[in-house]
Amino acid sequence: MELIHNKTRFDFVCTRSQILAFSFSGLLTLLSLLSLWVQGLNLGIDFSGGTLVQLRFAKPPHLDQVRTALSHLSLGDVSIQEFGSPEEILIRVGKQSSGSDAQSALAAKMVEILKPVASEGKVELRRVEFVGPQVGSELVVSGLWAVFYSLLAILLFVAWRFEWRFAYGAILSLIHDVIITMGLFSFTQKEFTLVVLAAVLTIIGYSINDTIVVFDRVREERIRSKKQPMGVVINRAINDTLSRTIIVSLTVVLVLIALLLFGGLVIHDFALALFVGVVLGTYSSIFVACQIVLLLDKKEPVAPEQPTPAPSVEIS
Amino acid sequence: MRQVPLWKPALIIFSVVISLFYIFPSINHGTPSWWPSWLPNRIIAQGLDLQGGLYLLLNVEADKAVEQTAENLVDEVRGILRKEQLRYQTVERDGLDAVSIQLTDNSDSPKFRQILEKELPATLFSEDISGKKVRLAIKPQEQKEIRRFALDQSIQTIRSRVDQFGVTEPTIQKQGEDRILVQLPGLTDPTRAKALIGRTARLEFKMVDEKGDLNAALSGRVPPGDVVLYGNRESGQKGRPSYLLKKRTVLSGDLLTDARVNFTQYNEPYVSITFNRQGERKFAQLTGEHVNERMAIVLDNVVYSAPVIREKIEGGRAQISGSFTTEEAHDLAIILRAGALPAPVKIVEERTVGPTLGQDSIDQGLASILIGGALVLLFMGVYYKGFGWLANMAVLLNVLMLMAALAMMQATLTMPGIAGAVLLMGMSVDANVLIFERIREELRVGKTPLAAIEHGYSRAFATILDSHITTLITGLVLYQFGTGPVRGFAVTLSIGLVISMYTAVFVTRVVLDMILQGRHVKTLSV
Repeated sequence: MELIHNKTRFDFVCTRSQILAFSFSGLLTLLSLLSLWVQGLNLGIDFSGGTLVQLRFAKPPHLDQVRTALSHLSLGDVSIQEFGSPEEILIRVGKQSSGSDAQSALAAKMVEILKPVASEGKVELRRVEFVGPQVGSELVVSGLWAVFYSLLAILLFVAWRFEWRFAYGAILSLIHDVIITMGLFSFTQKEFTLVVLAAVLTIIGYSINDTIVVFDRVREERIRSKKQPMGVVINRAINDTLSRTIIVSLTVVLVLIALLLFGGLVIHDFALALFVGVVLGTYSSIFVACQIVLLLDKKEPVAPEQPTPAPSVEIS
Repeated sequence: MRQVPLWKPALIIFSVVISLFYIFPSINHGTPSWWPSWLPNRIIAQGLDLQGGLYLLLNVEADKAVEQTAENLVDEVRGILRKEQLRYQTVERDGLDAVSIQLTDNSDSPKFRQILEKELPATLFSEDISGKKVRLAIKPQEQKEIRRFALDQSIQTIRSRVDQFGVTEPTIQKQGEDRILVQLPGLTDPTRAKALIGRTARLEFKMVDEKGDLNAALSGRVPPGDVVLYGNRESGQKGRPSYLLKKRTVLSGDLLTDARVNFTQYNEPYVSITFNRQGERKFAQLTGEHVNERMAIVLDNVVYSAPVIREKIEGGRAQISGSFTTEEAHDLAIILRAGALPAPVKIVEERTVGPTLGQDSIDQGLASILIGGALVLLFMGVYYKGFGWLANMAVLLNVLMLMAALAMMQATLTMPGIAGAVLLMGMSVDANVLIFERIREELRVGKTPLAAIEHGYSRAFATILDSHITTLITGLVLYQFGTGPVRGFAVTLSIGLVISMYTAVFVTRVVLDMILQGRHVKTLSV
């Protein structure tokens, strides 16, 4: 069985597809940055500090009654939502001025005050997460460092194994994937939690994995056909690995769909971020990373059709 | 086809057998009685998100320990000066880590220096220009030592409290310079556990200032050397009762040997405490000196009771009453037995997962693993036929070895860890897809099946190595910067990637070679 026959000779590097790719990626990146700038991320309590309480009632509670009952605790901004099933609710409370000791006793207080609301007074505490403001900002900082260091390590590794322009191409495509994934979370105002951050880092891992496979093929093709211009080499490498690229993405996507559908709500956002990231990562290997390598190839500008002298083989 | 060296299949069988032995205890939920002790008996621990429990990150406020040391230094300095008969006006704590001494006009400051430097080598002596005021600061080296001790001592104290509370397999460990991580799996009453762990429990006995004017003190004019503290319970309309106490602690909780719950004749619980020899002597002497005065029992700056001393108390016993519930009295006794924390701790992060949510997560995690895994296996089998099933075997072996590695390292399996395992299944077929696509290509350009296999494996290897290493890099960074559940994910992903190099490249090749060995192959099922 074959999805893609070997003889595909799509032209991925012609001026038209380059313009399309750059305007598509550029537009998405721009919109993402805009959304991140204007409305920012809906930071979960992991990063912003605060308390999250998940409760299960014997019978579906009226959210209005819950809201009224909780207002007696004067907690400031409280968000109450149904979580997964009508019996379960998720309550999010921002940082409290009363100090962290009072805040960590909050969940018990909530259960107490909500007992009259519940039928037969049955409220089960399913989950409590409390993150102090200090820890929250530490997590933001270490999260940013994690993204930075993994990008740096990959930049150096690719530059060492390949060339600097390949490293730049790889890094820019990774930044592209990260920004758009975060942009999506900003645009939909879905909660950005520690677990979603882990997903973003995994996306970096997956996307670079995908890019490296294409780069490897480019390196191999160049050794085999030194006379060929870079554009032709890259295009052949993309076409030759296209079948593998699609099959691997497909298997990973299959798994992610299983996670999305059956993994439960706790893992849902994680799977969603990965899903978006895998699709982006596959796209960006071809349409961002490779195109940038080609742009940085000075001796052989955009059009691969023109028979120009052989490009320089090694730069670094 | 060349002969496959015997060690290769032997290594594969060995790794399978070893893995099975490591996994068995986890699947069986323990080892049966006939299981020899030299065989692996570790179990993959379930993270708190799976089995439910309490995760606490505590911040030890070590500054307070330094402050307390400076406070004690004041008494020490007074003692030394009295002993050496040196004249001074006042001695008081100066900032967090120092004591300042106001000298009289005719004090001999060089002598102060000589004596204090000799008696208190852990401090730095300095004097201001006028020569009328000297300052003793705790040396930075010493402060560091105090902080380190505060953290270590806190960990020990918390551990002994938790042990007495009765939690199975608690984790209590140092995190960074001033944090303690406490994980209590399977806990049902987080509120009570938090109160037990987080309480400083500094027990002090202070004399009530019977001559002082409480009302004046309450309006702000606290007599020097006194302090106003409040009771632990509301009493009637007036709210919590207030007490005017002498600041000096006459006796403290570190001289305790035991604390037990007892009941009064009206069945009200109280905690009876027993002093050690030194405490017993001190207590007898104190009660003898202060008959008909009130002595306040203060726990963490809250007055529990302030009974009048009727007579000298010998035998070294006292009781703390304060209208407790039995549970409160029980926990208080535990805390007093375990001793006070050297510095207050603050909860900076808390995650509680109820046991039912944990079970739901396991069920859902298992479901998604089974479904996702089955989809991948089916797809590979259909798409690559014979070779696909070869890859499937490799994926299954990967999962088997991953579980064995987790058991071997006694790693903790968390929900993100399960997600990592599922994702890994998708990624671990990548190596095989690379190889198979390569083999197909080689076949198309007209190579013989055996040559195609040879080239497919050798050409794909460089790519597999590079792509695995880059993914591993992010896995390691994730481990370095992540906490809790994220770490679990990073561990699963990283180990799985390493194992995937072995199963997808080495194992499939050996099995393939053995199948094709001695046969004349015309077509490949790829």
